[in-house]
Amino acid sequence: MNYFPDEVIEHVFDFVVSHKDRNSISLVCKSWHKIERFSRKEVFIGNCYAINPERLIGRFPCLKSLTLKGKPHFADFNLVPHEWGGFVLPWIEALARSRVGLEELRLKRMVVTDESLELLSRSFANFKSLVLVSCEGFTTDGLASIATNCRHLRELDLQENEIDDHRGQWLNCFPDSCTTLISLNFACLKGETNVAALERLVARSPNLKSLKLNRAVPLDALARLMSCAPQLVDLGVGSYENEPDPESFAKLMTAIEKCISLRSLSGFLEVAPLCLPAFYPICQNLISLNLSYAAEIQGNHLIKLIQLCKRLQRLWILDSIGDKGLVVVADTCKELQELRVFPSDVHGEEDNIAAVTEVGLVAISAGCPKLHSILYFCKQMTNAALIAVAKNCPNFIRFRLCILEPHKPDHITSQSLDEGFGAIVQACKGLRRLSVSGLLTDQVFLYIGMYAEQLEMLSIAFAGDTDKGMLYVLNGCKKMRKLEIRDSPFGNAALLADVGRYETMRSLWMSSCEVTLGGCKRLAQNSPRLNVEIINENENNRMEQNEEDEGEKVDKLYLYRTVVGTRKDAPPYVRIL
Amino acid sequence: MSPEEELQSNVSVASSSPTSNCISRNTLGGLKEHNYLGLSDCSSVGSSTLSPLAEDDKATISLKATELTLGLPGSQSPARDTELNLLSPVKLDEKPFFPLLPSKDEICSSSQKNNASGNKRGFSDTMDQFAEAKSSVYTEKNWMFPEAAATQSVTKKDVPQNIPKGQSSTTNNSSSPPAPKAQIVGWPPVRSYRKNTLATTCKNSDEVDGRPGFGALFVKVSMDGAPYLRKVDLRSYTNYGELSSALEKMFTTFTLGQCGSNGAAGKDMLSETKLKDLLNGKDYVLTYEDKDGDWMLVGDVPWEMFIDVCKKLKIMKGCDAIGLAAAPRAMEKSKMRA
Repeated sequence: MNYFPDEVIEHVFDFVVSHKDRNSISLVCKSWHKIERFSRKEVFIGNCYAINPERLIGRFPCLKSLTLKGKPHFADFNLVPHEWGGFVLPWIEALARSRVGLEELRLKRMVVTDESLELLSRSFANFKSLVLVSCEGFTTDGLASIATNCRHLRELDLQENEIDDHRGQWLNCFPDSCTTLISLNFACLKGETNVAALERLVARSPNLKSLKLNRAVPLDALARLMSCAPQLVDLGVGSYENEPDPESFAKLMTAIEKCISLRSLSGFLEVAPLCLPAFYPICQNLISLNLSYAAEIQGNHLIKLIQLCKRLQRLWILDSIGDKGLVVVADTCKELQELRVFPSDVHGEEDNIAAVTEVGLVAISAGCPKLHSILYFCKQMTNAALIAVAKNCPNFIRFRLCILEPHKPDHITSQSLDEGFGAIVQACKGLRRLSVSGLLTDQVFLYIGMYAEQLEMLSIAFAGDTDKGMLYVLNGCKKMRKLEIRDSPFGNAALLADVGRYETMRSLWMSSCEVTLGGCKRLAQNSPRLNVEIINENENNRMEQNEEDEGEKVDKLYLYRTVVGTRKDAPPYVRIL
Repeated sequence: MSPEEELQSNVSVASSSPTSNCISRNTLGGLKEHNYLGLSDCSSVGSSTLSPLAEDDKATISLKATELTLGLPGSQSPARDTELNLLSPVKLDEKPFFPLLPSKDEICSSSQKNNASGNKRGFSDTMDQFAEAKSSVYTEKNWMFPEAAATQSVTKKDVPQNIPKGQSSTTNNSSSPPAPKAQIVGWPPVRSYRKNTLATTCKNSDEVDGRPGFGALFVKVSMDGAPYLRKVDLRSYTNYGELSSALEKMFTTFTLGQCGSNGAAGKDMLSETKLKDLLNGKDYVLTYEDKDGDWMLVGDVPWEMFIDVCKKLKIMKGCDAIGLAAAPRAMEKSKMRA
């Protein structure tokens, strides 16, 4: 390939898009490495502490799009204390200093401040796209700076962030000259919205394809918005509160009927179920439906809606749909690829709610041949059901099953669920992500180690008997990248068996397990390229203690590979060995 | 067992008879003067009904409960009396973290407490008292569902010991049917954003059939001088008392940290006098930020109203809280809302 001038090679590289492939290309030879470096536009960093901004910019000076992930996954469930880290400011500062032509920034589980947003908005003239997922630390003031200063903004996508809503007028901050918006998602804002400003903004954004409203946008405004934007492809409905009068309802129906491009629907935070029929006309076009926040729509209304969605590929729903509803889904949605069933009753206090069981899961697996991703919260499961699911659906890429009660066995045979999960990993040869739950012994991990050859991410909670369980996994799953374990009896023997292994993974999380401080210290000793973080919330001020108890169990262990050593921004209760 | 575990199992026992918890507060009820600022007993400015209402009757509780007083009412922790004796030993060890009004103990010779006298009454005690007094009036959904056994502060370490494998947690904890399930931190694995959103959705709905709200309501808790914040799920508590104990447990380490480490690893080893001295010097007050952005003193409004408006919690030093004219404003606000 060296017969070609660099420009040609670069042109060829343009067709190689996936990060993995581009990383492979860069390893071929020095010249390819160089060409690839300078032509790389998008960089994905799965752990913001694995590398630092200076080195990133040094290697990819021409980057235009950066994706960063901060806190470990279990931070979603309150297992990582606040102030742990994941600050985006240093990255933005470095990018600004080096005058990188940043156009897109996508962050997940990071701490974003108004200061960072302001700096971001002022430093990159061509900035186009900001996507924040599960982030926190900023307010609507930060959004106002983005709106004001980013002249070419195309995308502002805020997904499930904790934003302090100052009820300001951030929507008003979009200048009249801003007509480039393609995607606007502010569903997670809790405060009032200036609906008039929103309507004006939508009216002057002819390219707007995705609009997701928050709770504060009422029904009549929705109708007006949809009338100005019949080209919408993706709509998040805000609040539908009271039953509308017939006139508003009619207006809404007319507006909806015109939205023939609508393919994806979400929101419905507060819904009068009688408003749902307004959407019936476009159901046949929908490929994605997210009703997982619509706590007030009862099963039968959901069923009526879903019966019309014959082209659905993605469905997120609450377990209030019941097994009955899932049977309907199985009969109707033959194109279904991804299903997520969330618990409507998170504390498990209500025992008589018709939630979903193994019956629904089996029905889905039998009826939807294209299903490859599932997240399923349920109260009970059986081995027989899992075995049936495995037989029906050998194509799973992601299989996440969460039985609400820890250690719960097969509710018919009272045995552990080892065999059921074993069947899944054996049948689904392409499985990349797995979450297990219920009563599980070391045996299930033996199966996982044996069969789950493509597994990249595994989540374990309240499972296993001895260190052997964890060892089976580490020895068997060669492609493992992220392993997260909580409340399971794995200790030092498993942790230390193959320390070199961890450099082939992105990260390991172990909380409430049996690993001790001594074990972690030994682990950290010979691993300069690993950061071993101990998070011990109940014992701060450890530096004052002269004798450390090495036998003391560690609350939370988070270790990850890195090429830049210990991070400097850790709070005092995080100890990096 | 560690105090936490003991407390947990005790609470679960107690909650099998919810009525005893909630009803028998009458004799203890009522507002007593108190002075959370450490001023002398009788000098509470601005309170019109300062006289200790030792002979309180239930009928007047409703009025008294919402009347203007400075600071927090209550003198005795009802929990100590009516809770089975099992609880008292635990309370003995418990460090009264928010030593609000202590002098009550010294003044009221009719102290019915059975724990160490002379102990400064913690914030939790006053809150318990107040909340219980009110619950007789505001028939909130407090008693309709089993009291959440353990607060969010239950560490995961406690839980596995309580849930032997193969058994469901319900059958393990108690023999009576509505056994409260232990709240395990971070379980089920649902994002807090989702929990909070569902909770708000249900709160805004018109259903008033006594069902508990879905999901959780996480608010940040900060404490002056603490290096980091915490989050608590307000929905996992049913009254101020539970919230207060949970916060005490969560933040006790910071107070102890200031004691200086004398090699004493466990909280239990700290002598009572040492702690009292420490707490004497630093009074803490629990405050919250409401929907309007104002900082209010916790405890004035009914629990249900409180969780509706509370956005953030802050444990302030007593001296910093002087400016907080809690009661008058709280009542104005709640009247405005009503």
